Amino acid sequence: MKKLATLAVGAVMAASPVLADLVIPSLSYRTGPYAAGGIPFADGYEDYFTLLNERDGGIGGVPVRVIECETGYNTEKGVECYESTKGEGALVYQPLSTGITYQLIPKTTADDIPMHTMGYGRTSAANGDVFSHTFNYPGNYWNGASGAINYLLAENGGDLSGKKIALVYHNSAYGKEPIRTLEELSSKHGYELSLLPVDHPGQEQKSQWLQIRRDRPDFVLMWGWGVMNQVAIQEAANIRFPMENFIGIWWSGAEHDVLPAGDKSNGYKALAFHNVGRDFPVFDDINKYVVDAGKAAGAGDQVGNVLYNRGLYAAMLAAEAIKTAQGIHGVADITPGMMRDGMEALSITEEKMASLGMPNFGPSFDVSCENHGGEGLVGVAQWDAGSKTWSLISDFAATDGEVIGALVEADSSAYAAENNIASNCS
Amino acid sequence: MSDTFIFGMEVFLNGLMAGVLYALVALGFVLIYKASGIFNYAQGVMALFAAMTLVGIMEGRVPFSHLINAIFGTHIHHFGWHLPAVFGILFTVAVMAGFAWCVQKFIFRHLVGQEPIILFMATIGLAYFLEGFGDLMWGSDIKKLDVGLPQGINLLIDETTFGWFGYGFFIDNLDLVATVIAALLVISLIIFAQYTKQGRAMRAVADDHQAALSVGISLNFIWVMVWTLAGFVALVAGIMWGTKSGVQFSLSLIALKALPVLMLGGFTSIPGAIVGGLIIGVGEKMFEFLVGPLVGGATENWFAYVLALLFLVFRPQGLFGEKIIERV
Repeated sequence: MKKLATLAVGAVMAASPVLADLVIPSLSYRTGPYAAGGIPFADGYEDYFTLLNERDGGIGGVPVRVIECETGYNTEKGVECYESTKGEGALVYQPLSTGITYQLIPKTTADDIPMHTMGYGRTSAANGDVFSHTFNYPGNYWNGASGAINYLLAENGGDLSGKKIALVYHNSAYGKEPIRTLEELSSKHGYELSLLPVDHPGQEQKSQWLQIRRDRPDFVLMWGWGVMNQVAIQEAANIRFPMENFIGIWWSGAEHDVLPAGDKSNGYKALAFHNVGRDFPVFDDINKYVVDAGKAAGAGDQVGNVLYNRGLYAAMLAAEAIKTAQGIHGVADITPGMMRDGMEALSITEEKMASLGMPNFGPSFDVSCENHGGEGLVGVAQWDAGSKTWSLISDFAATDGEVIGALVEADSSAYAAENNIASNCS
Repeated sequence: MSDTFIFGMEVFLNGLMAGVLYALVALGFVLIYKASGIFNYAQGVMALFAAMTLVGIMEGRVPFSHLINAIFGTHIHHFGWHLPAVFGILFTVAVMAGFAWCVQKFIFRHLVGQEPIILFMATIGLAYFLEGFGDLMWGSDIKKLDVGLPQGINLLIDETTFGWFGYGFFIDNLDLVATVIAALLVISLIIFAQYTKQGRAMRAVADDHQAALSVGISLNFIWVMVWTLAGFVALVAGIMWGTKSGVQFSLSLIALKALPVLMLGGFTSIPGAIVGGLIIGVGEKMFEFLVGPLVGGATENWFAYVLALLFLVFRPQGLFGEKIIERV
């Protein structure tokens, strides 16, 4: 009789409606050639939602459910992950891969699910009038290129005429992203640009660095990822190129990029669209509610690393968009369409970040129907090999809106014409 | 002398050095193919696994710590020691010998007599298994490898060439060390194969399995020995490449650099691996230097395979490979 009663209770519980939750897929890559970059991001992304669940009971009283799906940084697997998770009520996708992003732009638009590609993906998606469901705030590759040039301008008394700048880039669509912007800015500021492509994966770069040694550029910019970063920094050290004149994009500026070169990497710089280090109150809560409670997504050894912070920041922006959507629609259990509205109305202020325990963690920005890219403010971080820490050495500064705006307009208009896309905002 | 000629000489020398590093990877392929007819797709992953194991042992990392911690809720990561490189290398060689025994015991012993394509497929499976196993054992973070090898520009060459040409050549100290080690490795392997009992047995097995068996040579022992040697060569390659870039997954992709070397030098010749490596290294660097700027650069991977393809057309067995004649 007792057994029967137990079975009956179990059956009733199993048949009860599932409690509502906010579903956030995490398209991560913890395996493969880029796992070293994928792991900290995935950990930071999930840990922030765990913190909200444990500390606040979710967002607006609704718990967040993170569904992790391994892509291995492989575009086909990324699309499979999207197809297998979208039916769960996924609110927003962060593919963490430019290749996957390109595949998902039409799919997410058709399925009315927003996608956030922070600092990667299709740059012209900043034009929300064309790309209704893709967002790339707070910055994109072209902001990065302009941010690097603005930083060099500031360092050189506002004049780069006659200077030589070399771009060492991953010979892929990602690596080629900044070329057009840098060429436009070269015409504007009078520097000489040389291009040095590196074939995947970038384990062997002797030719490129011998050329740099011969040509003696004043500055080297790098658009690298994976092993290309570590080898480039080592080769730069080998030819004794001054590290303070070597600036990488934000995907070339994590701890694991510089540590293999040891002390020789001291002074290397990288662009940043969020802050670095763990000197923020939010980390006390992460430790208390997540790591110490044994609920961390990974081993808990990535907390405060550059890419962990990036994952944390992406999760914070998603959570704030959920709150905005809940406010707009007056419901806590939002749909993906409502999430898109929340992202389009997102406003990140310094006050808001401070209240979240993340003061000055990223730039302040507003999103609108026309502008899905934010203000595109970019900072510069520098590596101190002695203390093994990154430090932000510049404020998040404005980039060349005139040049970038024209490029975004041209590229997005061409996309709209090719795909017969009507205006999203009119 | 013109600047282009002087720069070209620097590129040529660096091509030779790069070729030595490619040859180090190719050597492992040759050893196994020569003795067993197996094209070992897992050779690149073996270099990664060996280098990961070396770092793990030197730094006193607890193998499978993530798994242990996840199952038992513990927080163990390190044994607390830091071993000198020489002990780390010795222990790693022992691990690679154990790996060789396992490969023979659990895979290839059961595939004796199978078609070469089946054996090749088995090594593909082995490569994927070893990738995951290595990650599980040592974690997938990028590991700094420092066994005390010098790195950076060789000042003597820089100053000497500056005196001669008014331009100092860049030669990486690590590449010079790699050259010396590769030379020692090849000489040792040749001496081993020619003058030791096991080496002669290995050559006998390479020539004819059935005949070797009929005179009492243990195929199992020879294959374990050859896989151990290939594991050792993989460790040397892993140390050289891992010192440059840190030990990470991409080390397994260095096998892609060895393929054109093998196509060119032949799959069965140890000197062929070296000569092939040098030709590929110099060829791709000179092509990138002379033609790269005209076609947008990044020609090296492409050119290495084109060069190998050209050799294949005219000499399918490679420069030093054995010509296979099958009578029908």
